[in-house]
Formats: sequence, C-alpha cells, structure tokens
Amino acid sequence: MEETGGVKLLGFWVSPFAQRVKWALKLKGVQYEYIEEDIYNKSPLLSKLNPVYGMVPVLVHNGKPISESIIILEYIDEVWKQAPLLPQDPYERAQARFWAKFAEEKVRQSVWEAMCSSGEEKQKAVKSAVEAFEEFEKELKRRGTKFFGGETIGFVDIVAGCISYQLAVHEEVGSIKILDSSRFPAISEWIKNFLNHPLINEGLPQKDQMFAYFSKRSKEIASRKMSHKTA
Amino acid sequence: MAKEDVLLLDFWVSPFCSRVKIALAEKGVAYQQRGEDIFGGKSELLLKSNPIYQKVPVLLHDGKPMCESTNIVHYIDETWPSPPLLPASAYDRARARFWADFIDKKLFDAGGNIWKTKGEDQAAAKKELIQILKYLEGGLGDKDYFGGDSFGFVDIIAIPLTTWFFAYEKFGNFNVEEECPKFAAWTKRCLGRESVAKTLPDPQQVLEFVSMMRKMHGIE
Repeated sequence: MEETGGVKLLGFWVSPFAQRVKWALKLKGVQYEYIEEDIYNKSPLLSKLNPVYGMVPVLVHNGKPISESIIILEYIDEVWKQAPLLPQDPYERAQARFWAKFAEEKVRQSVWEAMCSSGEEKQKAVKSAVEAFEEFEKELKRRGTKFFGGETIGFVDIVAGCISYQLAVHEEVGSIKILDSSRFPAISEWIKNFLNHPLINEGLPQKDQMFAYFSKRSKEIASRKMSHKTA
Repeated sequence: MAKEDVLLLDFWVSPFCSRVKIALAEKGVAYQQRGEDIFGGKSELLLKSNPIYQKVPVLLHDGKPMCESTNIVHYIDETWPSPPLLPASAYDRARARFWADFIDKKLFDAGGNIWKTKGEDQAAAKKELIQILKYLEGGLGDKDYFGGDSFGFVDIIAIPLTTWFFAYEKFGNFNVEEECPKFAAWTKRCLGRESVAKTLPDPQQVLEFVSMMRKMHGIE
C-alpha cells in the first residue's frame, strides 16, 4: 500500500463493525474504495495492515492503517470535520464514549452470545441482553431526542446501529426474543428513525443472506463448544 | 480550580484508579479523593454515580460523574489540555487509542488468569501474558515512551497494571524482566516519574492483596 492519498476500507459483507465505518464515511460524504475480505481465508494484505488482530474493518488513509471500528470512527471524526459524530463538550464526549462502549460490549455482544448459546447459558445470555436493552431504553428516554446524539445521527447511534438491521435475524436464528416493542418503545422508535435515513439503509446485507450466514456460524460455534466440553 | 470541584472515588489497589490519579497529577489538577470500601459496602455516591457497573474509578467534576478509566483519562486530557497526553496528529492518536484498547481488552484479565488458576490453565495464561507484553514491546519500538519522547496517554493506561506483575510472577513462577527486557526497561523509566512514583501502590502490598483474593476465591 505505497500510494498516498485516498481512503480504502477493508471489510466483510456481514460485519457489523465494518458497517459502522461505512456509515460514518457516507454520512460525512467521504469517497472511499471498498475492499471485500474473505475473513475465513485472510489475505496477506489484511495480515500486514492489522498484524495484532488480523480482523476487519481496517481503514487505510494516506497509506496508513487504522483498526478497531470505534477507534476508526474517532479517527474519521477528527479528520473530516463535517457532520460531526461526537459532541464538542468534553463531558458530553465522555458520555458518548461510555454509551458507545456499552452498546458494543453489553448490547451487541450479549445478543450475539444469546444467539450462539444453548440451555442454561442461553437463558443467562438472554437475561443479560434484556438488562442491557433496559439500560439503553432508559437512557434514550432520558435524552428524549430522535437519536442518541440529538436530532442527527451521532457516534453512539452508529456504534449501536448494527442492532437495527441484525437483531431480528439474530433473534430468528437463535430462537430468542429480546426486542419487545411494547417493552422497549424508545429503542423501537430509534431503530425506525435510524433505518429511515437513506444513507443508513443503503446497501445493507439482505435478510435471507444474513439468516443463512448466522445460522451456519451459530452451528459452528455450538459444535466448537461441544467439542471443548467433551474433550 | 478549587479542590472541591474534582472528586475521585477510589480504591487504593485499583490500577484503573491509578490511571486517573497519574493523569490528574501530570496536569497539575488539584482534587479530592474518597476511598471506597469495595468489599464492605459501596457508598451511595458511587452507586448513584455509576449505577450500571458500580465500579471505581468515578471522577466527579462539578458534581458530574464519569466512569471507565480510559474514558476519564480522555476527559482529563480534553478538559485540561496542557501538557497534552494524546499525540497531535489524528493518526498517532488512533495508534494511541489502539494500544490503550488492546491493553484494556487483554492485560488485566490475562494477569488475573495467572493468579486465579493452576497447572495447565496457569501455564497457558502465562504464555498469553508474555505474548501481550511482546506485542506492547512492538508498539513501543525504540521509543522511550509509547507516544515517543514524552510520557503520555498509553504509558498512563499501561503503567499502573505493572504493579500487579510482582504478584503474577510470584504465583506464576516467572520473571517479566527476563522474558520482556524492553518492557521492563520502559516500566523502570515510567516509575522514575514523580506522578507515577507518588501514585502507585507498593507491589508487595498488591501481592498481599492478591494473596487475600486467592484465599477468598478458594484457590490454595
């Protein structure tokens, strides 16, 4: 990657992490070249650009790689000042970073675990997911704005946004129910508003393709867990 | 800035609290500190300020609470800009955040797996910790500090965790300096800084704390 200038994004079609970066670039009107990686057959390029984790997404700007989606979002926000994602005030920024981490570690992660597990482990994971959703619902209600950041889409919305288009698929694959719209009216409304944005909705992976992919992944993870148990 | 404006809810052995104390010291910010009784009963202020995680550190600035140590160090750097902890360029800042995130995801848990386990599990945990330190040595390169010539963000995130290494070495029966001499040299360099030396607890006291935790967890 010797050339300077230009923005490249290495991603994987169904990766919610890569999707976050796409959203940020699109909202800021930044032109970029998208490179699809087969994460099950990683290219030497990916290993070179992300030697520690070997994972997507990787943003390459002026030949220099940045990895970890939330860190990439902060980078994008600092380099391209239009359509700011993080607030200006340091206290509000601290709150945004807190809720972004919560959205990633508690909301998204718990849904994934609930989808991939079974039995008692699944029950525990579903309970954790519901608790996380309750906190998120409370905070959305407290803010009382269309999006987490205010009237426009911001940092936390982008990090949490993967649930808008993947949660329903995870629920179906995992035979779980987390988002009850009567129990989580603010989150349900937020999802509607989020997906209503043309740049957000554009180019999202197809539901049936996601269902097939996550079904396969879920089975793989389950069988790996079983072989660990019996080993 | 009056002393009462900045309050830290603290626990003496927590490396996460130490990060905040070092950052405040580097910036010359006066603050009040309140020790929490983590085992005996957390204060109402802590439970109210951090209802989701109920953990220290919590920094209250003009009564407004913030949680998560890396988040707090970010806040300190943005609120009191001089001297800067994060580097100037967006790319270097992304690198610093990357290493801070890597340390947060991996280091403390790997160390915990050493003192919490025995036998094969412990051997695997030791191997993991060494690998993590080798990655950090790669990030450090030939520089004095992670950010270059000056002590900064990543150094603050990493250095308090090293006070627990004496305990890991004792229970895991290995030596960090032998395995990762560059990392050990960086540790000594940071410990020479006043903000670090005055803040960090004595590793011997940390060892006693970890020994107590082992007994509490029923590990022989």
